[in-house]
Amino acid sequence: MRTLFIAILMCCVSAAVSATEDGGPQMLRANVDLGNRESLQRGARLFVNYCVSCHSANFMRYNRVAADLGIPEDVVKANMMFTTDKIGEPMRIAMKPADAENWFGVVPPDLSVVARSRGPDWLFSFLNGFYADPAKPTGVNNVYFPNTAMPHVLWEMQGMNRAVFETETHNGTEVAMFRHFEQDRPGTLDEASYMTATRDLVNFLTYVGEPAKLVRYALGVKVLVFLFILWIVAYALKREYWKDVH
Amino acid sequence: MNAITRQLTGLRDWVDDRFPLMSLWNDHMGKYYAPKNFNFWYYFGVFSLVALVIQILTGIWLVMNYKPDAELAFASVEYIMRDVSWGWLIRYMHSTGASAFFIVVYLHMFRGMMYGSYKQPRELIWILGMLLYLCLMAEAFMGYLLPWGQMSYWGAQVIISLFGAIPVIGGTLTEWIRGDYVVSDITLNRFFSLHVIALPFAIAGLVLLHIIALHEVGSNNPDGVEIKKKKDANGVPLDGIPFHPYYSVKDFAGIVVFLMLFSAVMFFAPEMGGYFLEYNNFIPANPMQTPLHIAPVWYFTPYYSILRANTVNFFWIDAKLWGVIFMGLGVMAFFFLPWLDRSPVKSIRYRGGLYKTMLAIFVVAFLILGYLGVKPVSEGRTLVAQICTVIYFLFFLLMPIYTKLDKTKPVPDRVTM
Repeated sequence: MRTLFIAILMCCVSAAVSATEDGGPQMLRANVDLGNRESLQRGARLFVNYCVSCHSANFMRYNRVAADLGIPEDVVKANMMFTTDKIGEPMRIAMKPADAENWFGVVPPDLSVVARSRGPDWLFSFLNGFYADPAKPTGVNNVYFPNTAMPHVLWEMQGMNRAVFETETHNGTEVAMFRHFEQDRPGTLDEASYMTATRDLVNFLTYVGEPAKLVRYALGVKVLVFLFILWIVAYALKREYWKDVH
Repeated sequence: MNAITRQLTGLRDWVDDRFPLMSLWNDHMGKYYAPKNFNFWYYFGVFSLVALVIQILTGIWLVMNYKPDAELAFASVEYIMRDVSWGWLIRYMHSTGASAFFIVVYLHMFRGMMYGSYKQPRELIWILGMLLYLCLMAEAFMGYLLPWGQMSYWGAQVIISLFGAIPVIGGTLTEWIRGDYVVSDITLNRFFSLHVIALPFAIAGLVLLHIIALHEVGSNNPDGVEIKKKKDANGVPLDGIPFHPYYSVKDFAGIVVFLMLFSAVMFFAPEMGGYFLEYNNFIPANPMQTPLHIAPVWYFTPYYSILRANTVNFFWIDAKLWGVIFMGLGVMAFFFLPWLDRSPVKSIRYRGGLYKTMLAIFVVAFLILGYLGVKPVSEGRTLVAQICTVIYFLFFLLMPIYTKLDKTKPVPDRVTM
């Protein structure tokens, strides 16, 4: 029996070890913190100002954002709603999909659950991965999402970067490997502030992906505590009944 | 006896005169004698029942808000996650419940294999259990289409297309299953119907038969000793204890532990790193865009690996068809265990090293196949999958030989604690 378990354990360990793979540049760590309400509020402001002109969040209602992030509804109504004046409406956009396809080549995706499909790290990397590329119609490209159709909407904040690539030879083929960025034109924010701003935005998107996440962990702790107490009672009951079984 | 007790007893007797209430209770709870030496592994049967109850109850509430319509399905799931009061909790219970169900069922089956629970006289219990497993697979497969994400859609597309490998009738069969030339709204509707009505009925019925058959012959135990062979003057097995209250209280404590683990996953990691809820399934289904990497949910991956491990055409049969055949045989092989196993003893405790080694290798092969099934194919991985597939089938094919050759130990007359 014991050898069986050891064998199974070994198998799991070897599986875990070989799990690291995949090429491409190393993803940046978003390190979002849903407990940081100010960060979520700043992220919400960036989101409605820079994203909601092209990207919808069709499953996210304004009044839910107001309630969850502690922003008064009249503040939301006055400062954050540009496409509707009904607080119970979701974050829709006015742009028609056909127009979007004409302008960008693709319809900008709905961002309601993008943090769940792409993950916060990818979003954070993407927002920090833009660089000037005159060959592209938008004038920019992205290290983490090559040939993206999205223009660098936040460029005024970040400034414009140039990407430095080095050519490496892998199995006989030459590959351009991304090394680092060099800033060509400064933005209104320095590098650290831009990272904080994008982190706030990703934090907000993470919240939008699953609003229940704000309450899920706290409820989970309460449920586990309750179940643990229940288990003590249940186990005591079992012990009592089983005293006479030998 | 106070007035209330007297009235309740009166009510019970009134019902008992018209319905076999007391005899049902006694046959299955109060005077059902279970071996007293059940260990850890004997919790997984009742855990499976708990998982079934969780799935049925949460399913009832999900159906109240879910819309089986290709245009609305994805949005309705998000509606449940956001706008329905406690909808996120109900949905996570259901999605976590699906994986939990398979975990406990796999461990329940492994228990059966360790202690020879499928052996005479419990062959029928095993077969009913295997039918349950098949229904559960169908139930999970069809349920997975309902959120209408990319993985829902393309997973269903890939699996249904497997039937297309069957010669002559393949094409017609896949169209018949889908009701369309591709997976579409029509497919979603029929899968919803089967997931919500047909299969739950089948599963509930089979569970009933599984338990009735079990209570007819009596439970096996970690020693593989038949407790009914040694009875006292009243006909009660010497090593048996009434299921109620002994195992009802013991199982209750176990269920609470199960619920703790369940809650830990549900509240703190409902996606389980993309294995319980796949990341790509948060992208709405798009029939025009095939994802680069289509992986089934973890509980199907061992069979998916077996399918992909078949890469050679031989005997005029296409590799894809061999894959489908072996995948089918891989599931069906379990049905034959009662007749493949020629060992005179049931429990692994009294078997020799041969069976223990084979079972250990089989479990490792099964786990490796499961792991490879979530990974994209590569040359090395295919080779490992092929080796594991061979081991998987040798475990069954050689069983009559190695269980007969195995040096068994003498089995005691009575159970050991």
